Amino acid sequence: MNIDQQKLARFMWRKRINQGSLLLSVGAMIFGVFWLAWILWETIHLGFSGFSVSLFTETTPAPNEPLGTGGLINAMWGSLLMVGMATFIGAPVGILSGIYLAEYKPDGKLAVTIRFINDLLLSAPSIIIGLFIYTLLVVRFRQFSGWAGAAALTLIVIPVVIRTTENMLQLVPARLREAAYALGTPKWKVILRITLTASRAGVLTGILLAVARIAGETAPLIFTALNNQFWKAGLSGPTANLPVTILQYAMSPYQNWQHLAWAGVLMITLAVLGLNILARVLSRTKR
Amino acid sequence: MTNTQTQRPTPNAKLIIRNLNFYYGKFRALHGINLEIPDKGVTAFIGPSGCGKSTLLRTMNRMFELYPDQRAEGEILLDQENLLTSKQDVALIRARIGMVFQMPTPFPMSIFDNIAFGVKLFENLSRIEMEERVEWALKKAALWEEVKDKLTQSGASLSGGQQQRLCIARVIAIKPELLLLDEPCSALDPISTARIEELIAELKKDYTVVIVTHNMQQAARVSDYTAYMYLGNLVEFGATEQIFFKPAKRETEDYITGRFG
Ligand SMILES: Nc1ncnc2c1ncn2[C@@H]1O[C@H](COP(=O)(O)OP(=O)(O)OP(=O)(O)O)[C@@H](O)[C@H]1O
Ligand SMILES: [Mg+2]
Repeated sequence: MNIDQQKLARFMWRKRINQGSLLLSVGAMIFGVFWLAWILWETIHLGFSGFSVSLFTETTPAPNEPLGTGGLINAMWGSLLMVGMATFIGAPVGILSGIYLAEYKPDGKLAVTIRFINDLLLSAPSIIIGLFIYTLLVVRFRQFSGWAGAAALTLIVIPVVIRTTENMLQLVPARLREAAYALGTPKWKVILRITLTASRAGVLTGILLAVARIAGETAPLIFTALNNQFWKAGLSGPTANLPVTILQYAMSPYQNWQHLAWAGVLMITLAVLGLNILARVLSRTKR
Repeated sequence: MTNTQTQRPTPNAKLIIRNLNFYYGKFRALHGINLEIPDKGVTAFIGPSGCGKSTLLRTMNRMFELYPDQRAEGEILLDQENLLTSKQDVALIRARIGMVFQMPTPFPMSIFDNIAFGVKLFENLSRIEMEERVEWALKKAALWEEVKDKLTQSGASLSGGQQQRLCIARVIAIKPELLLLDEPCSALDPISTARIEELIAELKKDYTVVIVTHNMQQAARVSDYTAYMYLGNLVEFGATEQIFFKPAKRETEDYITGRFG
């Protein structure tokens, strides 16, 4: 009887602790989600107020022009080119390096060094990467350019892709690899057809997250691509892009510029949201 | 120690192991193994967990070479050729020795490609020849009836037992001379196990089969020869009836009758 009562008391105590921690964690979650929801609401609310067809057909306008005229087509195009270029170069480099780290000499001196440097790059503030490319390319060629911007973004993509590729390849069970080798498969084929295929969803997700990350990067572009208010097809010379345009326009006193800044924020938010959803879907279905 | 002298139950051996030592870094997992595995027939390896059965199998197809700190010394002769020092490409050696692992390992591709993958490595078959080969291998592994209508589906969509038979089919498809099975039934239900045992009985007509098992009844049922290992040593090797009914060593008898440890 006595023992049963003791047990009951212990049980009630555990139950109360459980309820307490549940309350705390739900509270923390609500706190976080509240701010996120607010930010999202402001973005959508203000973003749509600056939305119009001209957004996609016209270039960035002069100050104080009437609302609803002028757009962001040059900035969107510039961003698309630079992000596309950075992914096009950065993703293969990152994947190949990730393969080296995971499959070739994971414990070798070179791999350990690369991993260390990669961790540094991964956590380096992006403004440092901007400054680096500034001294390397902009100062040397005496010109801001979209190419320099793409180079800076590439340096941000590479470490992210290296890390995710390596981690995803490490998740492939050793027995799958061994089963492939046991058939007499050469190493390159084991990597290409077995391990990389088995982890393709994860590797793709890593690339998408890297794209999402650079889509909103501002600091490295201020030093490299700068900005441009005119339409331009290529990447030579100062190049318009969404993040720097948003920065300029949001801080300006002109109402039409401020509206466009919010529209730009909404565009980036939607793009990043889309990429994240895509990443989610990929990593869910391909398991 | 008795295991320093070669134990030979039969004159025509497919695989001869001489003074084989194996090391995981500094840890010595095999101690001077001497053994002749007879051609065409089933040899079972039994022994308590950790005695080195898997290690011995992984030495035979040089799987250990994937890991830089693992090393083998001694001789493993497959048809008189020492595999450990062979100049031949290790991939070619592995293709002659099929291996099936404890857990099923379907490749991330369709059922058809799971089998065609290994065949394509060494043979250049026409589409029709390949289809015939895949069907042949799946039939051998007693899986054809269950998958013939869904060959394009992913190998991972099969049940565990089906996946294991897929792995066996994949190995048979490349027609190895020696088949190594490391506890192939440990994750399977009794029906799948029975299927695989039938398959082994069928395969031993053409192949030399080596099987590791913790199941004494299974060893007794499927094997012609049995090797008992303990702590990295080969304790006793002989015809299965002899090992099970008239073991020469006390330890073997204790293990088989369950008085072990
Ligand atoms: N990768 C490894 N690194 C270090 N030691 C290992 C490794 N793999 C196995 N060993 C050791 O080698 C010995 C033999 O292991 P092995 O896996 O060959 O045993 P086993 O007979 O197959 O056992 P089980 O019946 O449990 O599969 C054990 O003592 C084990 O701890
Ligand atoms: Mg084992």
